[in-house]
Amino acid sequence: MKALVAVKRVIDYNVKARVKSDGTGIDLAGVKMSMNPFDEIAVEEAVRLKEAGVVTEVVAVSIGVPACQETLRTAMALGADRGVLIETAAEIEPLHVAKLLKALVDTEQPQLVFLGKQAIDDDAGQTGQMLAALLRWPQATFASKVTLAGGAVEVTREVDGGLETLALDLPAVVTVDLRLNSPRYATLPNIMKAKKKPIDTIAAASLGVDLAPRTQLLKISEPKARAGGVKVPDVAALTSKLKTEAKVI
Amino acid sequence: MTSILVVAEHGDGAIKGATRAAVTAASGIGGEVHVLVAGQGCSAVAAEAAKIAGVAKVLVADASDYAHPLAENLADLVVGLARGYSHVLAGATAVGKNFMPRVAALLDVAQVSDITAVVAADTFVRPIYAGNGMATVKALDAIKVVTVRGAAFDRAGAAHEAAPIETVPAGPASATSRFVSQALTRSERPELTAARVIVSGGRGMGSGESFQLLDALADKLGAAVGASRAAVDAGFAPNDYQVGQTGKIVAPELYIAVGISGAIQHLAGMKDSKLIVAINKDPEAPIFGVADYGLVADLFQAVPEMSASL
Repeated sequence: MKALVAVKRVIDYNVKARVKSDGTGIDLAGVKMSMNPFDEIAVEEAVRLKEAGVVTEVVAVSIGVPACQETLRTAMALGADRGVLIETAAEIEPLHVAKLLKALVDTEQPQLVFLGKQAIDDDAGQTGQMLAALLRWPQATFASKVTLAGGAVEVTREVDGGLETLALDLPAVVTVDLRLNSPRYATLPNIMKAKKKPIDTIAAASLGVDLAPRTQLLKISEPKARAGGVKVPDVAALTSKLKTEAKVI
Repeated sequence: MTSILVVAEHGDGAIKGATRAAVTAASGIGGEVHVLVAGQGCSAVAAEAAKIAGVAKVLVADASDYAHPLAENLADLVVGLARGYSHVLAGATAVGKNFMPRVAALLDVAQVSDITAVVAADTFVRPIYAGNGMATVKALDAIKVVTVRGAAFDRAGAAHEAAPIETVPAGPASATSRFVSQALTRSERPELTAARVIVSGGRGMGSGESFQLLDALADKLGAAVGASRAAVDAGFAPNDYQVGQTGKIVAPELYIAVGISGAIQHLAGMKDSKLIVAINKDPEAPIFGVADYGLVADLFQAVPEMSASL
């Protein structure tokens, strides 16, 4: 069984994003870029299923500029067998990404597609669900446990107030949450090995997907800054302020 | 003509606050607001929805297929109704985030996720990069599919008169997705996203056991208990306690951050709280930069002392 994992190149998790002074976007010049952390968890899960003998091949796919090859190399250093870059310089939205991924699913025919539950740049949280819809496949989002048995996948999901478990017939789309696993560190030998693994490049334009924008970004502004308040010397002063000044308790 | 379908979320026989917030957002867009209630044996919920201020009509789809909010079933039902509307809205909750993108893709339209403000009928503000930027986005498609951040809008209150309730047929049921079980954390305390006061713990709590200190304080204040991602990652608290970019977004009247350093990801989830209190032994912790009242102290002494004094 083949598993496909979608990985996105985003601003590194530890870098604070800064709004460009002209309000046209986030300043990414010279900023460290990494794999979206949720996508790392998705890769790890697929690789673990391969190590468990359930999955036979793990294919990583990324969409964007040639630099996304680095993200694919990272996925392969974590254990993915090969990479596919769907190359485009266009500003694409989740619906476009889902359509491009669907085109790849149609040719690759995986039984499982893993994605992160959201990317930490646009925070949209849409792509996996959209891909499942376009494929007419069942979906399980926010996965914290994935078990495969008898042509179905049982997924425990993080929901408001607790956990929910669903059973999906394969093929299916799973988006992963933080607690599913802790991704391994890529070791130097595996990083070297990853350099020899193949990456296919497909021009997005060749996949017949209309990439015309569906939304228009009018501006990006700084969030309202919150001014720090005062330090209080002790608990008594704190409770007194809460009672008499703020009147919240 | 704008007409808006708000997909309701309900549990334990009551409409969720996120749905009331979505109705407020819908009223801000303008036009006629309809609410869809899908569930099994949900007539009481429909009656409650009919009495939300600003709602002109309630649609009810009552079928066993909606006993649990499976994304496949909900999306197909909503898509079948959506063609008559200019907007489809739902709360940006675990349920809304799950089925709404599916609705958007089936309608072949974009979704605008997690809006915090309505600028115009087609233009919305939403946070990106963990709230480090606020994007103003214009949706160009004919039907606008939008999820609404509950903490950013007031909850629509009660109407004087009940809106009419209309039954709609159930949509197709998924043959490939099945509900197996759920394990909900049962708590006497209010839900995080609905609480007036929240007491949250971070990595500084040191262990899961010490969260009992927060429980005691929360009991005194009638508060919900939350946690930072660091505390969740460390196994001190369950994931559904998580407040932050990848957890719950809250805006209570009082947020008490205990042993939380104030990582960007956490601030993204709570910085719209009306009043923030930080208790941390590190005077340099970034949380003090957003706290209205900061107390530099050992939490293991300060929290029990505070509980005792209330």
